[in-house]
Amino acid sequence: MADAKVIPIGEGGRRGRSREEPPAPPSAGSPSAGREEAGHEDEVAGVAGGGLDRALARGFAFLRRRLSGAYEIDDFGYDRDLTDEVLMTVLRPVFEKYFRVEVRGMENVPAEGGALLVSNHSGTLPWDGLMLQVAVRDHHPADRHLRLLAADLVFQLPVVNELARKAGHTLACAEDAQELLERGELVGVMPEGFKGIGKPFADRYKLQRFGRGGFVATALRAGVPIVPCSIVGAEEIYPMLGNSRVAARLLNLPYFPITPTFPWLGPLGAVPLPTKWTIQLGEPIETKDHPPEAADDPMLMFQLTDQVRETIQHTLYKLLVARRSVFF
Amino acid sequence: MGKTVLVTGAARQLSGRFVRHLRRDPRVDRVIGVDSRPPAHPLGGAEFVRADIRQPSIVTVLAEHAVDTVVHLDVHGTPGPAGGGRSAVKEVNVLGTLQLLGACQKVPGLRGVVVKSSTQIYGTAARDPAVFHETTRVGAPTGGGFVRDVIEIEGYVRGFARRCPDVRVTVLRCAHVLGPAADSRLAAYFRLPVLPTVLGYDPRLQFVHEDDVLEVLARAAREPGTPDALAPDTYNVAGEGVLLLSQAARRIGRPTVPVVRALAPWLGSALGTLGLGGASAEQLRSLVHGRVARTTRLRQAMGGPLAYTTGETFAEFAALHGPGALPPEHVARAVDRIEEVVRHG
Repeated sequence: MADAKVIPIGEGGRRGRSREEPPAPPSAGSPSAGREEAGHEDEVAGVAGGGLDRALARGFAFLRRRLSGAYEIDDFGYDRDLTDEVLMTVLRPVFEKYFRVEVRGMENVPAEGGALLVSNHSGTLPWDGLMLQVAVRDHHPADRHLRLLAADLVFQLPVVNELARKAGHTLACAEDAQELLERGELVGVMPEGFKGIGKPFADRYKLQRFGRGGFVATALRAGVPIVPCSIVGAEEIYPMLGNSRVAARLLNLPYFPITPTFPWLGPLGAVPLPTKWTIQLGEPIETKDHPPEAADDPMLMFQLTDQVRETIQHTLYKLLVARRSVFF
Repeated sequence: MGKTVLVTGAARQLSGRFVRHLRRDPRVDRVIGVDSRPPAHPLGGAEFVRADIRQPSIVTVLAEHAVDTVVHLDVHGTPGPAGGGRSAVKEVNVLGTLQLLGACQKVPGLRGVVVKSSTQIYGTAARDPAVFHETTRVGAPTGGGFVRDVIEIEGYVRGFARRCPDVRVTVLRCAHVLGPAADSRLAAYFRLPVLPTVLGYDPRLQFVHEDDVLEVLARAAREPGTPDALAPDTYNVAGEGVLLLSQAARRIGRPTVPVVRALAPWLGSALGTLGLGGASAEQLRSLVHGRVARTTRLRQAMGGPLAYTTGETFAEFAALHGPGALPPEHVARAVDRIEEVVRHG
C-alpha cells in the first residue's frame, strides 16, 4: 500500500514531538527548510511537483470564477462548476473509501436522452441519493449528471435548499420532473419518500408503497425509459430503532430517528456506520410503446408501478443473499 | 386605416420610452399618453392627456380619441416619482386596472388590450416547481404586496376577456425589468452599496432588458395580420438564462450581508425608515426562493429569443451603475496575486 511508504510524514511527526532540540539538517534557515519539505512531499506523492501545482492552479482558477461570478447555472439552479469542483470532491471519498460503493449495471443507463432512475430509499438521512449521484457522475462513460428529485422539506431548510439546488436537485413534483426529462436530463427519483427513508430498522429492505405512481405517468408523458435501481447498504448506516413522534412534531419533521448513537451522542450520532454498499442498475423498462394519453389510465399506471417495484425488490433480495457481510 | 394607441402611466420612465418607441412606428397614427400627472420626460410628439385611470371619466378619453388599442403599463411595484406609499401604489394597480377595463368595455371601437403583468404572480415558495409555465395554476395570494395586486389585476383581465370576446387581450408577465430607465424595485436593490440577503438562501433571478420589453409590447399592440404581430395570449417575458443572487452580487461587485430570515422583515422596515427603499421587507421576502418562468411560448411567437439574455441585461445594468466596493476585475487580480505568491514564492 502507498501508505506504508510515507516515511517523511512520520519524520515530521517525530520532529514535531521533539520540538526543543533544533532539527539538525535545515540549519540554513526556515524558508529553505520549507522548500525541502515540500520537495519531500512531492517525492512521496509520487506524482511529483506537477500534481500539486496543477491542483493549485485549478483551485485558484475555480476561486477566481466563483469570486467574480463567472459561471453559469441552469433554470433549476444547477451549478455544474460548484458540483464538480467541490461537492463531488467532498462526496467522492465517502463513496470510494467509506461506503466502498460497488456499482453494477451502469450500461443500463442510456448514454443520451432523458431517462428516469427509480431507486429504493433508506437510511434516515438521504446518503443513498448522494451516492447514486456520485455513481452516475464517476461511473457513467458518457459523462452524465443525475438530477435528483427531493422532498419539499429540503427546500424549506436554509443552506440545505441552496446546496440542493446547486447540486442539481429539484422539487419532486410532476412539473419539474417532466421539464427535466423533456430537456433530455437523467432524473433520479425515490418514490418511497419519507416512508422509505424513515422506516424502522426491522423493516429494512422491505419496499414501502410507491406513492401513487406519479413517476411512471411522468416518464410515460415524456416517453423516456425507467431504469430500476437497487441500493444495498444504506439501510444499516443509521439503524433506526425508534421514532420519537413528539420530537418530530415539535421540530416539524416527518420523523425523528432514535438510533444506538443518536441523539445520545449528539452530532457524533450523525456519523453513519461504514457499511459496504452495492448499487445495481437494472434493465430499462421502455415506455415508448405506450401513447402519452396512456398516462391517464390508472390501471396501466398501477401495473407499471408494480413492475418497477417488483424488479427493485427482487434485485434487493438477490443482492442481500449474495452479500458476505454488512461491513465488508 | 387609423390606429390609435393609448398608453397608461406615461409619467413613468418605461411608459415614456414606449410612447416614443411607438411614435417611430409608421403603422401607428396616434399615440396618447395618459397619467394623473404630467411627465417630466418628452413624449416625442405624442399627445398627453392628464387623466386619472382610477376615475370613471377615463371612458371619455377613450371615446373622444377613438382609441383602438390600450396598452396598460401603469402596474408597478414601487411608488412613482411623485411618491406616495404602498396604499397609493395598490390603488393605482388594482382600482386603476378595474376602472380602465370597465371603460374599455364601454368603448365599441376598441380592438386590443395589452397589460403588463409580472412573473411575480407565480409567487415564490418552497413547494412551488422550479420553473413556471404560463399554464401553471396561480395559487391564492399568500402574504400581500405587489404579488397580490398582480393576481387581482390578472383576475380582472380574465373577466374582461370573457365579457368582450371580440377584443384581443394580451398579458405580458415580465421578469425583473432592468435598463437605463428602470425604476423597478430590484433595480433599486442592486444600487444599494451593500446588499442584504437572507442567510442560507440563494434565489434564482431572471431579468429582461427594457429594450426587449418595448419590442414585445410594440408587437403585442399590433393588429393580427400585420408582420411581427404577437398573437393575443399570456406570455412570460424574460431573458434567456438565470443568475443567482450571489452570482449577480459578485458580477456587480457589491458585497452581501446575509441576515437571518426571522430578522429580515425587521431589517427591511428599519432600512425603509432610513429612506433606503431598495431592501424593503417585501423585497427581502421575495429574495428567499427563486423564481424562473419558462419563455418557450414567447420564443415561438417571436420567432427567436429576446435580444438580451439575463446575463447580458445584468451586465449592462452593472456597467451603468458601476461596480461597487468589490469590482470583479479587482477581485480576480487579487486572486492572481495570491496565486502568484503561493505557487511561485
